[in-house]
Order: sequence, then structure tokens, then C-alpha cells
Amino acid sequence: MKLLKLVPDNTNIGFVAIRNWAFALTALLTVLAVGATVYKGLNLGVDFVGGLMIEAKFPQNVETDKVRATIGTLGVGESALQQFGDPRTVQIRLPLPEQGGAGAANAVVEKTRQAMVAQFPGVTFSRYDTVSGKVSGELIQNGVLAVVLAIIGIAVFSWFRYEWQFGVSTFVAIVHDVLMTLGFFAITQMEFDLNIIAAVLTIVGYSINDKMVIDDRIRENMRKYRKMDMKALIDLSVNETLPRTVMTSLTVMLALGALLLFGGHVLRGFTAAMMLGIIVGTYSSVYVSSSLLITLGLTPQVAEKKATKKGYAGTAERVGPRDDGARP
Amino acid sequence: MLNFSRWAVAAILLPLVIGILCAVPTFLPDATVAKLPGFMQTRVNLGLDLAGGSHLLLEASTQDVAKQRLANMEEQVRTELRRGDPRIAIGDISARDGKLSFMVRNPAQVDAAVERIRPLTQGAGLTGQRDFNVEVVNSSTIVITPTQAGIDNAVKSAMEVATEVIRKRIDEMGTREPTIQQQGGNRIVVQVPGLQDPKALKDLLGQTAKLEFKLVDMTANPSEVAQGRAPVGSEVLPYPGNPAGPPVIAVKRQVMVSGEDLTDATQGFDQNNQAIVNIRFNGSGGRKFGQVTSQNVNRPFAIILDGKVLSAPNINEPILGGSAQVSGSFTVESANQLAIALRSGKLPVALTVVEERTVGPGLGADSIRAGLIASIIAVVAVAAFMFLSYGRFGVYANIAVAINVLVILGVMGILGATLTLPGIAGFVLTIGTAVDANVLIYERIREERRRGRGVVQAIQFGYKEASRTIFEANVTHAIAGGIMLALGSGPVKGFAIVLLIGIATSVFTAVTFTRLLAARWVRTKRPTEINI
Repeated sequence: MKLLKLVPDNTNIGFVAIRNWAFALTALLTVLAVGATVYKGLNLGVDFVGGLMIEAKFPQNVETDKVRATIGTLGVGESALQQFGDPRTVQIRLPLPEQGGAGAANAVVEKTRQAMVAQFPGVTFSRYDTVSGKVSGELIQNGVLAVVLAIIGIAVFSWFRYEWQFGVSTFVAIVHDVLMTLGFFAITQMEFDLNIIAAVLTIVGYSINDKMVIDDRIRENMRKYRKMDMKALIDLSVNETLPRTVMTSLTVMLALGALLLFGGHVLRGFTAAMMLGIIVGTYSSVYVSSSLLITLGLTPQVAEKKATKKGYAGTAERVGPRDDGARP
Repeated sequence: MLNFSRWAVAAILLPLVIGILCAVPTFLPDATVAKLPGFMQTRVNLGLDLAGGSHLLLEASTQDVAKQRLANMEEQVRTELRRGDPRIAIGDISARDGKLSFMVRNPAQVDAAVERIRPLTQGAGLTGQRDFNVEVVNSSTIVITPTQAGIDNAVKSAMEVATEVIRKRIDEMGTREPTIQQQGGNRIVVQVPGLQDPKALKDLLGQTAKLEFKLVDMTANPSEVAQGRAPVGSEVLPYPGNPAGPPVIAVKRQVMVSGEDLTDATQGFDQNNQAIVNIRFNGSGGRKFGQVTSQNVNRPFAIILDGKVLSAPNINEPILGGSAQVSGSFTVESANQLAIALRSGKLPVALTVVEERTVGPGLGADSIRAGLIASIIAVVAVAAFMFLSYGRFGVYANIAVAINVLVILGVMGILGATLTLPGIAGFVLTIGTAVDANVLIYERIREERRRGRGVVQAIQFGYKEASRTIFEANVTHAIAGGIMLALGSGPVKGFAIVLLIGIATSVFTAVTFTRLLAARWVRTKRPTEINI
């Protein structure tokens, strides 16, 4: 059987040569993403701003304007409607009543339910969330803290275990990934809720996974080819790991694609965020973190010095002598 | 690298077999699982977003607890100083800024008063602190300040009682398998699966159910009562159903009998077929009630629930049997609810719902179906892709992924973890990333072959070199997962559990287990060429 090979053997693509162009593009995109997040803002879900979210399922297709008109007569505050997935499911968002606490929120749900059932017989509320301002404040705080700690934790791990350049480049690349994801949510105005925090953390996890693989190969090659120019060495490492990068991104994309198409509407935002994150994370492995190593002045000699000082990598992790064929 | 002793093979296979066995009960119906031996009664719990149900986060106001404690203290101080011997006259009693202060009329008695109050305070915490500080200021004013340790203790015990009361109430409602847990200092999480109508539950939990019987103050001037002023020794309470005029009524401060003296409460009907709650007092409660009603025939008394007057019936004759009726425009449902609340006791502190998530059973079932379909398609697509790319080795990776999925379920069953919708997403993602380890290994083997190594050596080198990378990549991945688990709430946590278990098991199945398969093949077939 002839096996599938997506990337030909021994590719020699000059990734590093265009790194300055790539930096410029990356910087531009990141600025755009940050700008979008700041000026357009995120469409924060009830998890983070507090309020009431009702998902109503109608027996037949329904026009959101009619639903909005029905709710408008109730005097329960301004509603935001969104249709997602199929035209029979409508998400209704309402502000929490200012007074009366939880009992009042309850009353709003009941009032809405009665009015909706009268107007659209057969409608059911398939789920609803009520989050008070206090709880949503804590959720947002914990969410931000989780993402920040994850990035710092990983960067510190990478720094202690290897050279500081790896820590810095990984840190920058992951911050880039997170900012791009935020920008995506700001531009599409997809709802940003607790699930998306999980997605962002997963992107961080995946992205770091990808960078570790390339970084690990760079370090291996640094020990193997001590005299090699750093640019050539990084190109070599990225090329060597390219088949794996492509294969893994594809398998993950296949799995996520299945989730996006068949996983139901509740997870759609989550999956979309993940897919974007995979693309961004893979890009940043090559064009942010690896290229940044050159800018940060990493050379095989630097790595060797540190390894000897610490007294482990030089012996324990060095690969044995081998016949490397055509390679220098 | 490719030689495994019998022991090593057993040590690799055994945990996998156990993991798979523990996953099996999840797919079996309840009745079959009950017949299995105890160690196999491991099932993955479905989260509320999949099973449908309600999640409520209740919060107690710590200020309420503190206020109540201060009020109790005030009562105790009054009783102790005014009724004790010798009587110490006090005045200017105020409870402001969370402190209780009063003046001792006779300055010579200040020290005596302090001596009498001290025993009312109790030790709090381990540092020898009291729960209240008693100080004398301006030589005649005594200030009693609650200490933080005292408040913390009071909140803690109030929360313990509240959790118990809630448990009783939910049990009385007959709901299945509720989860009731204290969270943090002043919160309680209630999760009730499969509940169709959470409204009844919330109504039930929203009641403090503090029941009191007090005499109505007949001397009060109705127009003053309407303005909220009551004679000395009485207070004005809201009375929403007052048939005679404004929705307020003046009642004596002194409590005739309270809900603490109840032994039972049931829903019933009165002679007009109105829903009521029949209550039964314990011995002392019955005696007190009998005594007061004998002395007050033809006068009304007020039935007060959570500070509101439900009704104010007339005492037509002494009520001596130790039982009474609580009336007050109930429906059968609300009377039943009150009976449940009264039976399970009053909440020591009022609770408010600060977060609620309710998922209908229909959506839950849809989500399970969608998640299952997505998982199957993901597995099939990834498996086909792996087979096309790596042939025999792709099949090894696929076997490893299949086992991995089962082992994750098994481990979740053993840990009693809950599978949520984001958890399913975690699953699908794990399927995608689990093969990454194999991809790393196989690409390395390809590389080593290109460099001219022999089959066995290439496989050995592939596993060895890739293992280091895999380990490092997964450690960092686990850091992200661990932080998610520690800081995440709700869906983030559900996702992190699956992710972390997946990271641990996938390294084992994707690296160790496939190496075992590869080694077996190499040793039995002794291939000179591999198609990878």
C-alpha cells in the first residue's frame, strides 16, 4: 500500500528568511486584534456581565422580531435576541431586575414564559441561566487569572528548563495567540462565555505543545551542529518537524470539524475558537516563537554554556554519534 | 527499548484492562450494573447540562448573621441585667455600626454590669479570643463589639445548619439524587438532576420558614399603625392579606409560641375547604399555647411567617390539644410547601439565589446525541487518516486511541468525575491530540529510516527521541490543564478533568502501549523493511 505523505521528504523551505515580513504582518494583525477588542468590545455572555439568558425552542420557525415585540410588552427591560443553529431556537438575554434579588429573576422567567406560551403555543425553554452581578464578577476574575497564570506558568517552566530565550519567545507567541483569539471574538461578536475561557486555555495548551516540539528539535540540533548558523539551524528544525506539524494540525482539525458540524449549537462558539486557535498557534510556532529566538540572540554556544554550567543537558540529553547521511 | 519482560507486559496491560472494565458499567442499564461486583460499580456521572436539571448557587448574607447575633446579644443583656439580682438599670440601648452600646444608669454598677455580661460571651477560635469584646467607655457606657472570629464561627455554624435544613427540604420534596454542598464561607451549591420545574424548588429554598405566634395589640390606634407607629411593647408588621384596611397590623413583641416548638406539620383543609397547614406542638409548646389562648379568648392572635403576618384569627376558645391550624389564603401547593419547610426547620439565615443554571431534559438528550455523533465521526475520520498515513503503525495508534477513550471513561468512573458538555469537547479534542504522540514517533521513525538506519534501530530511536519531546509537551499542557481545574468554574472544570485524565492516559497508551505492539511485530516477523 502506498502511504499518504502530505509533506514531501527533506523539505527545505526558507521560513526564517522572510521573518521580518512575518513579524510586520504579525504585529499588524495583533494591533488590529487588540484594536477590535478595545473599540468593538467583546460580546460578553451572562456568565461575565450577569443577567438572564433564556434559550427558547419553538415548534416551528419563528421571526425574532415577533419574539422581541412580545417580550417588549412585558416591561422586563431591554432584550437582546440571537438565533443560533436552527431557525427554531432563539436565545433571549435580559438584564437582571435591579431589586428583589433571585425571587425577582424567577418572576421575570415566569412572566416571559407565560407571555411566550400565549403568543407562540408549544414553545419551551430548553435552558436558562441566571447569574447575579456578584458571581459574574468572580467568574470574570477567575477566568482572566486562569489564563494569565497558565501563560506565566508555562513560560517559567520553559525558561527554567532551558535558556531564557525560549521562555521569552514562548511567552510572546502565546500572548499573541490569546490576543488573536480575543480579536476574533470582538470582530465576529460571537458570545464570549465561560466555555470560551476553556477554549482559550486549550489553545494555550495546544500552542505550547506545538512550540515545545519545535523548540525541542532546535535544542537537539544545537547540540548536534554546533557550528551551524542559527538561521539555517532553525530552518532545518522547522522543516524536520513540518510533517508532524501538518499531520497533527490536520487530525485535530478533523476532530474539531466533526464537533463543529455535529456537536450541537451549545458548543459551536467553543469549537470555532479552538479551530482558529489551532491555526494561529501553528503559525506562531514558526513565525513568532522560533523566529524570535534569532532576534533574542540565541546561538548554539549560548546553549552549550548553560548546559555545561548546569551539568545535565550536555551529557544526559546529547544524542549519540550517528551517520547522518546527506546532512552536514 | 523493544524488549519487554513478561512482567513488563503484564504491568502495561493490567491497568489498561482495569480501566476498560471500569468503563463498561457506564454503557450498561442500571439493573445490570447493580448485579456487578462492587469494584465495577463505577459509572461516569452525567453533568446537569447533559442530564438536564438545575444548578443553584445560594448565598447567605454574613451581615444578616452578624445582625441577628447582635440582636440576640441585646436580648440576653436586657434579660441578664434587668431580671438578674441585683437589678441593674440600663438605657440608651443602641445597635449601630455592628456594635451594641448602652448606658448604665448608676455609675457605681458599671463594674458589676461588666462582670455579669462577660459570662455571656464565649470562646471563639484557637487563640483564646472571645466572640464579643466588652469595653467600658466614658465611665458609664458599655460597648459590646463582636470579634471577627466570633462572626466567622457564627457564619460557619449557621451554614452547617442551613445545609442540613436544605437537605431535609429537598429530600422531603422527593427529588432524586440531589447534590448539596457547602462552597466557600457562605455559599451552598444545590444540584438537582432531571428537575422539570425548578420554580417550586426555589420557592422552597427561598423561605426562611420562621414561624411565630403573637397576640394582636388591640390597644393600638389604627391610624398610627397605618403610619408604622406602634405602642410600647408592640411592633408593626406587614399583613398583605388584611381583610380590614391597610396591609399592616400591630402585634405584641412577646412571642407566644414559635416554630421551634413544632413536632409536625401537614397540609390539610379547613371546614370551608380552604387549604391550611395543620401543626402539632411538643409538650411545652402545647402548654404555652393552651395557656395563652385560655387567657385571651375572643381576642385575635397573629400567625407570622418570615416577618409577615399570614392571618390573624380570633381565639374562639382555649386551644388545649397541642395542635393548631395555620390559615392564610394558601393554595394546596403553597400549603404543602410551607408544611415541608416547617417540618425541616427554619433556616438560620436567609439565602438568596446568586446563580442558576437550568437545562431542560430535551436539550440534555440532544447534547448527548450530538456529542456522541461528533465523537464517533471524529474517531472514524482520525482513524482513517492515521491508517492512510502510517499503515500498520496507524492501526496501532488507532487501537491505542480506542483503548484510551475507554480508559478515560474508566478513570472518570473510578474518580466519580462528572461528564459535562465541555467534557465531551475535551474528549473529542483528546482524540485529536492523542495521536500527536504517535505522529511524533512515526515521523521520527521515517526520518531515522531516511538517514539510513535499520528497521529495528529506527523504531528504537523513534520511540526514544520522540518520548522526550512528548513528555515535555505534555507536562506543559498539563500545567494549563491543572490551572483550569484549580481556578475554573463550571464548564471550565468539566473540560479540565477530561483533558488532564486524557493527557495522563494518552501518554501511556500512545507511547508505551503502541511500543509493545510494535515490539511484538518486530520480534515475531523480523521485518527487513517497514512501510511507514
